[in-house]
Amino acid sequence: MMLTPELVGQIINLLAAVMLLISFAMIAQRRVITLVDLFALQGFVLMLSTGFVAYTTGQTHLWYSAGITLLLKVLLLPWILHRLIRKLNVKWEFEGLINVPTTMLLGIVLVILSFNLALPIARVAGTITRGTVGIALAAVLLAFLMMIIRSKAIPQVIGFLAMENALFFAATAATYGMPMVVELGIALDVLVGVVILGVFFFQIRERFDSLDIHHLEKLKEE
Amino acid sequence: MIAWSGITAQVIEVVLALLLAPLLTGWVNQCRAWLQNKSGPGLLRPYKTLQKLFAKDAVIASNASPLFRTTPYIVFGCMSLAAAIVPTLGTDLPFSAAADAIALVGLFALARVFISLAAMDIGTAFGTLGARREMMIGFLAEPALLMVLFTASLISQSTSLATIVERLAHMKLGIFPSLAFAGVAFTMVSLAENARIPIDNPATHLELTMIHEAMVLEYSSRHLALIEWASALKLFVYSCIGIAIFFPFGIAEGGDPLGLLYALPTLIFKLAIGGFLLALIEMISAKLRIFRAPEFLGAAFMLAVLALLIHELLET
Repeated sequence: MMLTPELVGQIINLLAAVMLLISFAMIAQRRVITLVDLFALQGFVLMLSTGFVAYTTGQTHLWYSAGITLLLKVLLLPWILHRLIRKLNVKWEFEGLINVPTTMLLGIVLVILSFNLALPIARVAGTITRGTVGIALAAVLLAFLMMIIRSKAIPQVIGFLAMENALFFAATAATYGMPMVVELGIALDVLVGVVILGVFFFQIRERFDSLDIHHLEKLKEE
Repeated sequence: MIAWSGITAQVIEVVLALLLAPLLTGWVNQCRAWLQNKSGPGLLRPYKTLQKLFAKDAVIASNASPLFRTTPYIVFGCMSLAAAIVPTLGTDLPFSAAADAIALVGLFALARVFISLAAMDIGTAFGTLGARREMMIGFLAEPALLMVLFTASLISQSTSLATIVERLAHMKLGIFPSLAFAGVAFTMVSLAENARIPIDNPATHLELTMIHEAMVLEYSSRHLALIEWASALKLFVYSCIGIAIFFPFGIAEGGDPLGLLYALPTLIFKLAIGGFLLALIEMISAKLRIFRAPEFLGAAFMLAVLALLIHELLET
């Protein structure tokens, strides 16, 4: 079945909106396991949207990056995170610095800010996905917000990964993706980063009996 | 000079709303009973309840003020007027020029203020408790509802409900993320506003959890009947707003009586599906703690604002 470019554009817009929604859901989510599932879902939406962009523009390397996204962000990283959570035996890990409704309002402010910031960029860009630059920027800032307001280690790492997702989405939206070498490099970086941070989790917990990274502030050289 | 056909259409719609509203409530209760493997009270139970209540003698507390006596009539009047504004069968409504979507939200607010005042009038603890909870839910739900209506207004460039529905019904078929978000937000708001399960349980008299029932505990006979009928009307009006904005296909344009006749089966079909979905939502979700209600409605508000922003960014 042939899809018209107009329909593909609408589907990409829809996926972008879903991406933004998932970012908000991650901010508001209390349970760490659901957070991992949301992250996997975000990766899946990212994969779909990259696939549609690849389909409509005929750029072969975007198919590869969609494949990498599927393998790494939908399957491998969530599996690693689930294993880590099981081993660390944490289920309820919500220690937000501010409550959920306030966070959502802050998030809306961020979205308005990034939509305004992205309007001039969208006017210059000639890609089919130019409308979604604002959403990608908003998703980056929301992931930032998540890293700031969470005080425990695992949600912060998930926030970091979500930010990488959003950056990838921004690259696809603005310029049809980064060069293959850069993408492979980033994918490897993220993978290694999660593995190293996994080791860190155990170290932090062994030292402080908790995953609250505010304990790290006490580590000062006299 | 208003055309006669418009006035006929208007009268037909209001009478239809008054007659069908208890049926919708009965249908939702029946569906819920079926989903719980019970036989159910029957579709016509709300009519029988109304008939029974109208036949009874009224008992009123000795310290009740005139406000307490007049409130049922005001609330019922507000809901009937709301039913007159919302396009259910056709879009040629003389009333809808008088009040737009924002006035509609104001009407709901007026009814809420009066029923809360009446609940506090007698001075029992339950009434006051219910009134305070209702005001909390109301002040959280109203902005979200307004945002949903604003999204529809932005898409159709008008705040008059009849014009919104006409434009939306003629829109080119496509994927509109903003309407999808607004639809979810609207569903959440209507659950909260109609005292449905995630926020309030319409079938309980357990003092710790009730909101709407706590406010109307002191009413009896014809007053209670009017309040129950008004609640049914509110559910009907909310369902019709949802249908009119998100599934406007098949609505009659102009005031042709024959056109209205054709639109009737479509409306009843859509209402039946909506009622079943409402019962399904009530079945699969658990009631939230009252202090979780701000989060629930905050999420609805966020979705509605996102719908507005996404429309601005992607669909202009």
